[in-house]
Amino acid sequence: MPADEALSRREFLERAAKAGAGLAAAAAIAYATHDPAGPAPAAAEPPAAALPDFSIPGQGKKMCIAHGSERTRTVQLALQALGGIETFVRKGDRVLLKVNAAFASPPMLSATTHPDIVAELTRLCLKAGAASVAVTDNPINDPASCFALTGIGQAGRSAGAEVILPEERYFKPMTVKGAQLIRNWPVLMAPLAGVTKLIGIAPVKDHHRSGASMVMKNWYGLLGGRRNIFHQDIQTIIAELAGMVKPTLVVLDGTATMMTNGPTGGSLADLKETRTLIVGTDQVAVDAFGATLLGKTAADLPFIAKAEALGAGTADFRLLSPVEVSA
Amino acid sequence: MSIVTARRISQVFFAVAFLWFCVVSTLGNLPWQLRGWPVNWLLELDPLVGIATLLSTRTLYAGLLWGLVTVALTLVLGRVFCGWICPFGAMHQFLGYLGRRRKKLAVQLEANRFRPAQAIKYYILAFFLTAAILLPGDWLSSGSLLTGLLDPLPLVHRSVNLIALPLADRAGLGLSPLPRWYEGAWLIGAVFLAAVFLNLRVPRFYCRFVCPLGALLGVLSRFALWRIGRTEEGCTDCRLCERNCEGACAPAGRIRISECVMCLNCLEDCRHDAVTYRTRPSDAGEHLLPDLSRRGFIVSAVSGVMAAPVMRLGGATGPNWNPGLIRPPGALPEEAFLARCVKCGQCMRVCPTNVIHPAGFEAGLEGLWTPKLSFRAGTSGCQHTCIACGNLCPTAAIRPIRPDERLGRNSFSGRGPIRIGTAFVDRGRCLPWAMDRPCIVCQENCPVSPKAIFTREVFNTVRTSAPLNVKSADRGRLWLTSDTLEPGRISTGDYYALLPGGLRLRITANTAAALDLERPLPGPEACTPGSPVSVQVRLQQPYVDPKQCIGCGVCEHECPVLGLRAIRVTAENESRNPHHRMVL
Repeated sequence: MPADEALSRREFLERAAKAGAGLAAAAAIAYATHDPAGPAPAAAEPPAAALPDFSIPGQGKKMCIAHGSERTRTVQLALQALGGIETFVRKGDRVLLKVNAAFASPPMLSATTHPDIVAELTRLCLKAGAASVAVTDNPINDPASCFALTGIGQAGRSAGAEVILPEERYFKPMTVKGAQLIRNWPVLMAPLAGVTKLIGIAPVKDHHRSGASMVMKNWYGLLGGRRNIFHQDIQTIIAELAGMVKPTLVVLDGTATMMTNGPTGGSLADLKETRTLIVGTDQVAVDAFGATLLGKTAADLPFIAKAEALGAGTADFRLLSPVEVSA
Repeated sequence: MSIVTARRISQVFFAVAFLWFCVVSTLGNLPWQLRGWPVNWLLELDPLVGIATLLSTRTLYAGLLWGLVTVALTLVLGRVFCGWICPFGAMHQFLGYLGRRRKKLAVQLEANRFRPAQAIKYYILAFFLTAAILLPGDWLSSGSLLTGLLDPLPLVHRSVNLIALPLADRAGLGLSPLPRWYEGAWLIGAVFLAAVFLNLRVPRFYCRFVCPLGALLGVLSRFALWRIGRTEEGCTDCRLCERNCEGACAPAGRIRISECVMCLNCLEDCRHDAVTYRTRPSDAGEHLLPDLSRRGFIVSAVSGVMAAPVMRLGGATGPNWNPGLIRPPGALPEEAFLARCVKCGQCMRVCPTNVIHPAGFEAGLEGLWTPKLSFRAGTSGCQHTCIACGNLCPTAAIRPIRPDERLGRNSFSGRGPIRIGTAFVDRGRCLPWAMDRPCIVCQENCPVSPKAIFTREVFNTVRTSAPLNVKSADRGRLWLTSDTLEPGRISTGDYYALLPGGLRLRITANTAAALDLERPLPGPEACTPGSPVSVQVRLQQPYVDPKQCIGCGVCEHECPVLGLRAIRVTAENESRNPHHRMVL
């Protein structure tokens, strides 16, 4: 339209209608998306939850101390003494093995769960009719390197277990009832889905901050996020973890005990041959015994009394009248 | 099958091979992971990598010998590498095709006409190659290898390794279990996208105007035995041969041999069989060499020769070295490193802990996109048993070491482990040093034996809102005259009551006005009513033993002071440079 030509009525109405429609659309979008309050503060804590109880009712508290240097053999002997794997794993069970794969270090350095135990337990569980066996941990070093170098990945897979490396989406924030520390904290939940039996397997290690790293400390590997912050109150976090997890069984490997430079070790000089492997249903008692392999007592490790106070087990392992066997 | 179909098959093959090599550069032993795949093959086939490192080091490292194959191909057949092999070229060709398809013939001819600015790439090449030359004499120091900034193979490897794959991973490709980060990725991405999208403006923009490898092969192709040309008989001057000409080499007129990328579209497009690929020169004549001005060439070459000395006047390779620049284990001394690194990003791709990142300007302008370690972004520190990066490096800027050498074992025990830096505790930020909080996560995670981080125990009296005095004592329980303690706060096992006479007992529980102690008091005289009590926290304060520390940065990665870490590694004492030695 030439500039000097007046707008016709029709054109004016057309334009007015388009402008009106545009305005209406803008107003509708504004109305639909208007947020008068602005962003809410960070989400509140999830309601307190609990992990399933994986312990076997009626089995009570038992433990066996097996002496020997051949882990495959001592695991077998200890389980036999406790009534056989069938006592704990039934046909159709879905078993999760929570190993300590924290560091990318070879099995001979005993900084991580020994692959022989993983292989043997996987084999026994499957033999007892377990529908599946999975192995998991959230390590400190790079997960893929850890599962490869510790030999746990290979041992688990060749014995028929699924090896689950942690991914971000496997963690869910969780608040443990009554806990001071595990509140709205990411926990490695996905591998636990559908699981009916949980077995914790850890080596006995020196730990400069907490005094010792054994089966209770091993549940640290179920935490995600920047969990190092809990080192500021390490005794409480270990006790809370023990209160959170009610395992079917725990296996504490003191075939070689890391006496110094723990929990990473890194040298054979850090190890002492202690030829002991403990299997039990009471994680507090098992750790209390484990302390003796490090030349300590339960009283030297405040997390043991704290875990007992939370009802996670018995600090005086003698009350369980442990069975002793030798290979 | 037409020759053009054969060319397309070849391009697809090499593009797929390239992507596959990038994917399998993942540490592991699954079939799709790194286990013998020739993942550096395309980089090695790139003769610019070989020639530039030959100039800067006077040696041709290992697989770079493959460059000879490309040189030979070019000398015989012309720039077949550009048209048939180069995966970056294939990307450009495809984008350029999308940009001009369904356009009018005149528009396509305009897009593919020769432009004098195509000479720019030769100046770039002249600058890069003269900068790389290792000159005699101390003040000039060694050559600076800048080719990697624009050399297409390193560029495309870097872009796919550090941009495309991490994004694809986030979208569910699943190459690495945790998402990957790369510092300064935006610049690499911007260069890559610019190079790719400029094809919509002019097809093969990068190849025609920028590519220093194309320039090198263009110079070599003047000797090619077979070249494109046209015959006088049959030619109707219809110019259809220039319609899809990838190199913009003007086959209809006096052909520019150095620009021809051997796409062979002209052979197929000519309806009169007037375009030929033969040993005889074109009937319409040839330009064998690009039109370079003597002045332009001298400016590029002199700038190149001056580049390394001028860049190094800042002293970054001398006394003014950047302590924040941690190079991967096995990296050569800085000058030798800069003479070799092509910035391809292979080390960053393969690093299992994502700890190797492309540098910004930490290593100066010439160090752009060279590898440096970032302990904050990775999934761990630099794992002290890992040797992946050096074994992938195509130019040995990071030497291919064995575990024994890295750890200083067996035949290397006399030299000790390879140190990449040293950790320093920042006592103003460290929780046990500055905040009266127990921690020592760094000590726990220190992977060497004996640990490089050790602790000394101290007992610090903690702040209380009022002085504490004994009201009464009952065996293991101590009642206080005030009730100002936070219940449970000092029950963690890390707190102690310091009693008169110096007796110190661990607190096992507390209420506002009472303390439970680890064992009963020896007698009432130890704690008479009214006597002062102090609450102390037992702290293990970390120290670094520089003799043990290898600079792996696991401590820095794990430190719970997440922003600026309370223990940080700097390049002090790194073994690659004896001048950086810190302690006796």
